[in-house]
This record gives sequence, C-alpha cells and structure tokens, in this order.
Amino acid sequence: MTTQPFSGVLKTLFSSALLAGALALTAGSAAAEDKLKVGFIYVSPIGDAGWTFQHDIARKAIEEKFGDKIEVKVIDSVPEGAEAERVTRELAASGHQLVFGTSFGYMNPMLKVAKMFPKTHFEHATGYKAAKNLGNYNARFYEGRYLSGIVAGSMTKSNKLAYVAAFPIPEVLQGINAYLRGAQSVNPDVELNVVWTNSWFDPGREREASDALIDQGADVVTHHTDSTAPTVAAEEKGVYSVAYHSDMSKYGEKAHLTAVTHHWESYYTKVVQAALDGKWEPGSVWGGIKDEMINLAPMNKAVPEEVVAKVEAAKAAIVDGSLHPFAGPVVDQDGKEIVAEGTNMSDEDMSKMGFYVKGVNGKLPK
Amino acid sequence: MNTETIILILFATVTASIPLVFAALGELVVEKSGVLNLGVEGMMIVGAICSFIVAVETGQLWLAVIAGGVAGALMSLIFGFITLSLMANQVATGLALTIFGIGFSAFIGQEYSSIALDGIKALSIPFLSDIPIAGKLLFSHDPLVYLAILVFIGIAWFLYRSRGGLILRATGESPSSAHALGYSVIKIRYLAVLFGGMMAGLGGAYLSLAYTPLWAEGMTSGRGWIALALVVFATWRPGRVLIGAFLFGGVTIAQFHMQGTGIEIPAQFLTMLPYLATIVVLVIISRDANTTRMNAPASLGQPFHNELH
Repeated sequence: MTTQPFSGVLKTLFSSALLAGALALTAGSAAAEDKLKVGFIYVSPIGDAGWTFQHDIARKAIEEKFGDKIEVKVIDSVPEGAEAERVTRELAASGHQLVFGTSFGYMNPMLKVAKMFPKTHFEHATGYKAAKNLGNYNARFYEGRYLSGIVAGSMTKSNKLAYVAAFPIPEVLQGINAYLRGAQSVNPDVELNVVWTNSWFDPGREREASDALIDQGADVVTHHTDSTAPTVAAEEKGVYSVAYHSDMSKYGEKAHLTAVTHHWESYYTKVVQAALDGKWEPGSVWGGIKDEMINLAPMNKAVPEEVVAKVEAAKAAIVDGSLHPFAGPVVDQDGKEIVAEGTNMSDEDMSKMGFYVKGVNGKLPK
Repeated sequence: MNTETIILILFATVTASIPLVFAALGELVVEKSGVLNLGVEGMMIVGAICSFIVAVETGQLWLAVIAGGVAGALMSLIFGFITLSLMANQVATGLALTIFGIGFSAFIGQEYSSIALDGIKALSIPFLSDIPIAGKLLFSHDPLVYLAILVFIGIAWFLYRSRGGLILRATGESPSSAHALGYSVIKIRYLAVLFGGMMAGLGGAYLSLAYTPLWAEGMTSGRGWIALALVVFATWRPGRVLIGAFLFGGVTIAQFHMQGTGIEIPAQFLTMLPYLATIVVLVIISRDANTTRMNAPASLGQPFHNELH
C-alpha cells in the first residue's frame, strides 16, 4: 500500500517527464519548420556608413528581436538588373518566405520573380510597382532635409549653402528644395548652389564638387551621394557639413553639424511580425519622421540651444501634421507658383518633382 | 568670374590631375618599352588601399606613400611574370589585373572603410606661399604634387637625354634589334613594368592619403582608364601627358564651377570627353602615319620570345 502512492508518484513523474520531453521535441521541430526565412538583397557592400549600412542596422535589429523565430540571409553587392533577378529567384527558391530588396533598380526583377513565386512575400524599397505578393516602401527623406536645412540656415555666415547631388531625379530634388525651404524658414536671405556629380558614389568627384562650392563661398555643405568625402572636404576647409544616410561625425568632428539618417528598424520589425502571424499584405508605405523612418543625428556642440529648439519644434509640427515641408506658397525659380497658399503639395506631385524652388542658383539639368 | 575664382579653379585642377600624372607617366614608360599594361586601374586601387592601411597602422605618412608604390610594383610583377616570362596575351592579362585589383582591394580594405585619416597636408612655405597668385598656385600644394613634377622632369630627361632611355625606346621600337645588340629585352621590360606599377601605386596613394584621405571601395572610379587613354592622347610624349592630365583634370573642376555659376554643359559630355579625345587622336594617328606614329612604340603589345631571335 505504501509503495502504491510512491510508484504512482513515480509514474506520474515519469510520464510527465516523457510528455515534457515529447512536447519539447515537437516544439523544437515545429520551431525549425516554422522558422521564417528572411532574405535581404543589398546593392553595395555594407561598409560603415551609407544607404546599405542603414538597412543592415535594421537587419541586425530584427535578428536580435525575433531570435530563433527567423533565419536571415544577406546577399550584398548585387548589381541592378539581370543579376538581381537571379539572386531574388535563388532566395525564393531556397525557401525564403520574405525577401527585401533595397535598391530602386531591383523593382522589375522583383516583380518578375514575384509572379513566379506567388507564396513568397516580397518587399521592395524606393520603388513604385506592387503586386499581390510585392509591396513597396520608402522614406520621406525630405522631412529630415527640411529639419537639417533649419540647422544649415542658422549656422551659415555667408548665406550660401552647397549641395552635392548625384542625379536630378524627383527624390533628390525633394531633398534639395526641402533643405532650402527649411533654411529659408529661419534665414530668408539664404541661397543654395547645387553641383551634380552624375554618380551615386565617387569620392574623388564628390570631393572636387565640394571644393568647388566651398571655393565659391559656401560655408555649409550637404550631399545626396554615398561617400563621406563632402564631410571630409568641409572639415579640411574649415566649414560645416550636413551628412546624409548615416552619422558621419567621426569624419569631421568640427564640420559635422548633423546628418539626415534613415531608420528601417521599426518598419522591418512590423513586416516580419506580420509575416510570422500570417497577416502579411503588400503595402505601399511612404513613412517619415512620424513612422521613425527618418531622423537627425546628434547635433554638433557648435549648434546653439535656440537652433536645436527650433528644430525640435519643427520636428514636432511635422509629426502632428501642422507643418508640411512643401506647404504653399511654393514658388519655383522663375517665380511661378507651384503650390497655392493654404494647401500642401500632394504626394503624387512630390513624386514627380522637377523644379528648383526660389533661392536655388543655376539651372536644373534636363 | 573674377581672378580669385580662376586661381581657385587652377589650384584645384593641379591636385585633381596628380593621380593621372603619376599613373599616366608610369604607363608611358611601360608602353615605350613595348608592353601594354591595361591593369593601371587595378594597380592604382591596390596602391590606394595598401598605403591607407600602412598610414592607419603606423601613422607614418611617408612610409604609407612608399607602401603604395611597392604595392603597385608587386601588382605589376604579377603582370610581368605572366606576360613576359610566360608570354601570355598582354591585353587579357592587363584586364584581369584590373578586375583582380578591384576585388582584392575591396577584400583587404573591409576593416578600413570606417577610418578617418589625417592625410597629407599642403605645404606652407614662409614668404613663398604668401606671394599673391603665384604663391597659391605654385607654393602651397602638398609634397606629393612636387614629387609628381620631379618625376615628370626625371622621366622626360631619362627617355630623351640618357642612354638608358635610348635603350628602353629601342626595345619598344624593335626588340629583336635590341636583343641582337646584346640587351636583355625581358629584363628591360620587367624594369619598365615594375616602374609603371610603382607609379600607378603612387597615384592611388595620392588619392587615399592626400586627395580624399579615406578608403572607399572602388574609389579610383576609372582614373586608371583615363590615365591609359591619356598616354595615347599624348601620343607617347611626357610633356603632352602632363598637359593632357591638367586638361582632363581641369575640365572636371571647371565643370563643377560652371554648374555653380549657371553655365551649362552636360556633365555626361564632359565625362566622356577624355575617351572621345583619345579616339580622335587614334584616328589621326592611323591616318597620318608619318608624323604621329613615330612616337608610338612599334612593338607595343607584342610578346617577345628570346629563343625565336
């Protein structure tokens, strides 16, 4: 009798241990099967600053957050075009259920592959095409540009700003115009000179362009190109710089006022979560400061408190919607009114932007 | 456009041209010996990363410059061994060297793309640098600019005023004659190739140490190809190489300044200009054999086989 309960206990213990083990086993195998395989395609090497680097920060963030639930594969330096199609197809074929492509030129290849793999989710950055299983996402870079323009407009002494830009496409023009409008909001006399390098990445040319603009009297240099050369040039010539993509302060301790930085962490987290929950849907997301996609890097000590306060105020106003960088009146170089007073420029018009606002010197290359 | 702007443009032109001056003068010597090395871009970029690594690790900028030259020379040694000792096709080997150099530099430079370097600074010579106009244009560059000019004078003297230069040119014109006279064609060509590699390496070092003191993958951005085009453009004359380098450098700088002031020339047109000019020169050379071809080494690109002579 006395042994009965004991053996009963033993039995229960034993069977529960068995059960637990079996549960653990099934849980384990379930985890292995249910692991979401996520693929990332980058256009350039990851490096230490710049466009791809910012995407990779977000990639690391989701790996940390989701841990064992996901398995991430990164393929970098994938040229746009045929090669992109091959890489995308391989990722999809090797069981990746969610594939991020982070360059504009991946749009058509991804669209093609999306049709071949209807069960795979595709996310394409900066494009405009969508399909049943292809979503696109982009950031409102111009919001950050407007804020950094406030800093530049306050810090310039010569009232001449410099902009080293790659190609005259709408996204770059939004940045140029928003930057100057931000600067003009605190300093109506400020003007902007733009130099086109016709290359996203060429440190030598970016250096030459920055030097040329500084030689012409500009004392704050910003850029829409990928290298750190403009900040290096500004540091050497003793003027200021506003960097792009990443915080580049270590390349110019004195020069670097701030940087317009991209953040994909919260978006990628959201997308991965949706995919894990089986609720992923292709979207067309154009997120800004409010969506934590755009921010400014920490300010240089040289920037006075009241300027920082102005930037913070403008930031809050952009978030609550009371301030739009392209709120009317928007007047182009020739004095033509593009947006009437009391209205904001529509997303569609912004995505086709093809003019300089008043205050930009020089003619827009056609 | 005032005087000050013009001085600034001229000043920037000099520094923009220096990588081309180094690389093109080196290639000129190589081609004068009858060897065509298309690996300039690859040797330049390996020179750029190696000098940058040495500068970061040791903090010695002059050691870094030397490292750039040595790295370029080592790269050219690969080329020399394959084309001179193994007598492989020079065009194919040179192209392979460029592709290899770009990949190799990216590989060894992975850890260095994030480092800010305090590069080689411009000189400030008391009194001389303060002279208006001339002081800025002539006496306030960084030391490598003066090194480039010295090298130019050295090469111009060597090629046309020294016995060694005569032998080198003879090797390029008619290797079999040079061989018959008892000169070792292979040895002379090896030396020329090594010198060319060193110069390309120095051009790369100038980019990563002085011009834009940083390392970025693919930072030479086609300057090696422009240097190659420049040699043809200059019809194999050192003086014209120098002028051509300033011209090609100046066009870029002037274009940036013009954009700022609103004068319009499509940038794409200016980017293709060096190559366009080279094609024009090639057409002229092939039309008028007597005047211009005299400078083109007759045996350019042809392998030399000791046993056949």
